Amino acid sequence: MSGFERHRKSGKVIATFSGFEADLLRSLASQMVELLRNERAEPATPAADPFEALMAEFSGATTIPEDPVLARLFPTAYPDDEEAASDFRRFTEGGLRDGKAAAAGMLIDSLEDGGLPHELTEDGLVIDVELTHDEAETWMRAFTDIRIALATRLGVEAGDEDYWHSLPDDDPRAQAHDIYEWVGYLQETVIEALTS
Amino acid sequence: MGLVSAASPVEVEPTLTPDEITFLAKPWVTLVWDDPVNLMSYVAYVFQKYFKYDKAKAEKLMLEVHTEGRTVVSTGTREEMERDVQAMHEYGLWATMEKAS
Repeated sequence: MSGFERHRKSGKVIATFSGFEADLLRSLASQMVELLRNERAEPATPAADPFEALMAEFSGATTIPEDPVLARLFPTAYPDDEEAASDFRRFTEGGLRDGKAAAAGMLIDSLEDGGLPHELTEDGLVIDVELTHDEAETWMRAFTDIRIALATRLGVEAGDEDYWHSLPDDDPRAQAHDIYEWVGYLQETVIEALTS
Repeated sequence: MGLVSAASPVEVEPTLTPDEITFLAKPWVTLVWDDPVNLMSYVAYVFQKYFKYDKAKAEKLMLEVHTEGRTVVSTGTREEMERDVQAMHEYGLWATMEKAS
């Protein structure tokens, strides 16, 4: 595992993953797509006001999503103005969801173009990813969304690294946190490659 | 915007300094809030990329977010700030907007 680097001759942002790593990234990106599409951009509880319910159905959500990951990905733009916040959400959340799902989808496509089969069966598979500057930026955004999702589910807080490292290795939360740190490492190397 | 050949009908109040004019025309701000997830290098990258700030300014703003919990990253009209907040959300940053105080 060495992360991303800029290829000197082509200028492409490149990385090599094991089949296991590539499959894990695909799984995370797929879960992101599912999450973004699953809880539709509408209130989880039907609106009491029938007009409001109709508006939500036709033109997008007006209230903050119930899922904490989605609530973090689509924060309230106007903390002190409920009406303006609803309007902002109605006009932006659908497009933002589509953009984030497209970024995660692009990550999956790059991995599969690099040779990741639909079902990972053989050992010793090596997946080479070569990204243009724009594609690397899309990966960088997808990594952000994945990290936000993992951190929100785990309850990651500032300066709590010692806690996570003190958990036993076989604790599933410790394993999820390792993945969170790994994706952070990959993101850091993408940024280094983009700015070098 | 094209070139204006006729004299502009808008007269700028001659006693105002350029800073005051800018301030009066830009009553909204975009705030970015600290979160435990986003990498410092990433936040600075986004500020350079989206706002076209130079590296020094982007890093200064990133550090303000990190140490003060939030900072103003842009100032403008309400419409401009809605675009900026939307863009920050696209990048996964926690951004809000409010009237400049």
